[in-house]
Amino acid sequence: MILELKDVHTYYGTSHVLFGVSLDVDRGEVVCLMGRNGAGKSTTFRSVMGLSLPRAGTVLFHGKDVTRLKVHAKARMGIGYVPEDRQIFPELTVRENLEIGRSSGIRRADGWSVDRIYGLFPVLEKYDRKPGGQLSGGEQQMLTIGRTLMGNPELVLLDEPTEGLAPVVVIALKEMILRLKEMGTTILLSEQNVKFAAKVSDRVFIIDNGAIRYRNDIEGFRNDEAVQKRYLAV
Amino acid sequence: MAPSARQGAEGARAIRERAGNTLDSSLIVAQFISGLTSAMTLFLVASGLTLIFGVVNVFNFAHGSFYLLGAYFAYQVVAVSGVGFWAGVLLASLGAGAAGVLMEYFFLRRIYGRSGEAGFQILLTYSFILILDDVVKMIWGTDYKSISKPEALAGPLSVGEVTMPRYDLVVIAIGLAVAVGMWAAIRKTRFGRNLRAISSNREMASSLGVNVPLTLSLVFGLATALGGLSGAIAAPVRTVTPGAGIEVIIGSLIVVVIGGLGNFWGALVGALVIGEVTAFGILFLPQWAILFSYAVMALVLVFRPEGLLMKKGNAR
Repeated sequence: MILELKDVHTYYGTSHVLFGVSLDVDRGEVVCLMGRNGAGKSTTFRSVMGLSLPRAGTVLFHGKDVTRLKVHAKARMGIGYVPEDRQIFPELTVRENLEIGRSSGIRRADGWSVDRIYGLFPVLEKYDRKPGGQLSGGEQQMLTIGRTLMGNPELVLLDEPTEGLAPVVVIALKEMILRLKEMGTTILLSEQNVKFAAKVSDRVFIIDNGAIRYRNDIEGFRNDEAVQKRYLAV
Repeated sequence: MAPSARQGAEGARAIRERAGNTLDSSLIVAQFISGLTSAMTLFLVASGLTLIFGVVNVFNFAHGSFYLLGAYFAYQVVAVSGVGFWAGVLLASLGAGAAGVLMEYFFLRRIYGRSGEAGFQILLTYSFILILDDVVKMIWGTDYKSISKPEALAGPLSVGEVTMPRYDLVVIAIGLAVAVGMWAAIRKTRFGRNLRAISSNREMASSLGVNVPLTLSLVFGLATALGGLSGAIAAPVRTVTPGAGIEVIIGSLIVVVIGGLGNFWGALVGALVIGEVTAFGILFLPQWAILFSYAVMALVLVFRPEGLLMKKGNAR
């Protein structure tokens, strides 16, 4: 198991957001965390990263307790985080945005480079020396993903990557996720779109009101329309 | 700079008497050079202030106190221990930078991200003005100290009719070199790129593996070392006295308000404006000289409150 959350409780100030979230991701899998807006998907990701520290429970990475490690230490262990609201550095050039992804310090012979990211997302190359703030929403999403990949993470936390994107960009994202999977990258994805999730994931967890309500493999989930109706806006 | 205006006024009067009260070109050049010199010492402090604000997101009221420490450290190693002048300047800058790192690590770090952080920042950094002022008084006493210029730079340099103090020219060169060096470091190096990223989004930078706490300490150390450098190189031209920390922070505040807080080139432009306005104010209306820098600041606040070098609607 590459990632395991055990009974994670997270608060924002005094408001209790996650009520004992437990989930697990195996090496090489694409696992999808589904749920409505405000269900706790982003908070789960932030808890893994340490951006919102869980008040109780543990986060294990390769079986090691990393709950209270500093954020940059987790990035340097191989956890890559792509936040839902993109969060590119608008004043930095596209190339600088990508290069800062190398701060994880993880180098691999077959690792990512700026040129390889441009190969994956050809549209980014023409903006090489332009500030990231000039990119469109879809392009920024590609840049955010590329930036995280530059750190050669073993596990990528991909928070609602398709949100607000044009259908053609969503198709490109789907292909990209499948390609990453082929390359052996493990992905924990959060998503509201059932079709998209069904196309890329191996397993599904559903979170609602800050707790995991359902877990299944992708075939089981695809055929379980009652669950889809109950927890997701379909 | 406002604080030295009185000494400057006497100097200017003397110059004018000698010149028979005619404002010839050599006098103008001399005053211009003097303005540039104080602009550079101001810039060294203000650039650090603006760097800390831009990256660490702290307004360091105590920044002038690192100028003070730099001046006293330089006095200690140069005048008391007899170390060579430039080695002394270097040690004084490093000493001030080390003091800055300690302040960041043991105190400021504890209030980052707290709700109501701004209030804590003001209290904490303001208290450091008082603490460092008293520490300086305890160690070195309250009387004025001075350092002599290095001998090779003690005299004037004459170019035709115009004579310029050699030491001032070196101070100006140091200030410009720091400006260019900092610009290059911020724009062209990995460290600088990390600074810009942290300044725009601290959480995201750390999520990508940037060691944010360490970088913030280094920025604080670098900025306070620049403050110390300013105090050390200003020591031979101004007297070293406790209380200089407050005078300098007021001057720097005016500078960053004019240039735009958090804007590196703004600190340079602001320092040049204030340095020259004060220098020529002394020349023409010595009794009003102090008021000029405040008047410029007020005009900027009325007509361009975001600072001369800031884009409209851009808070940083």
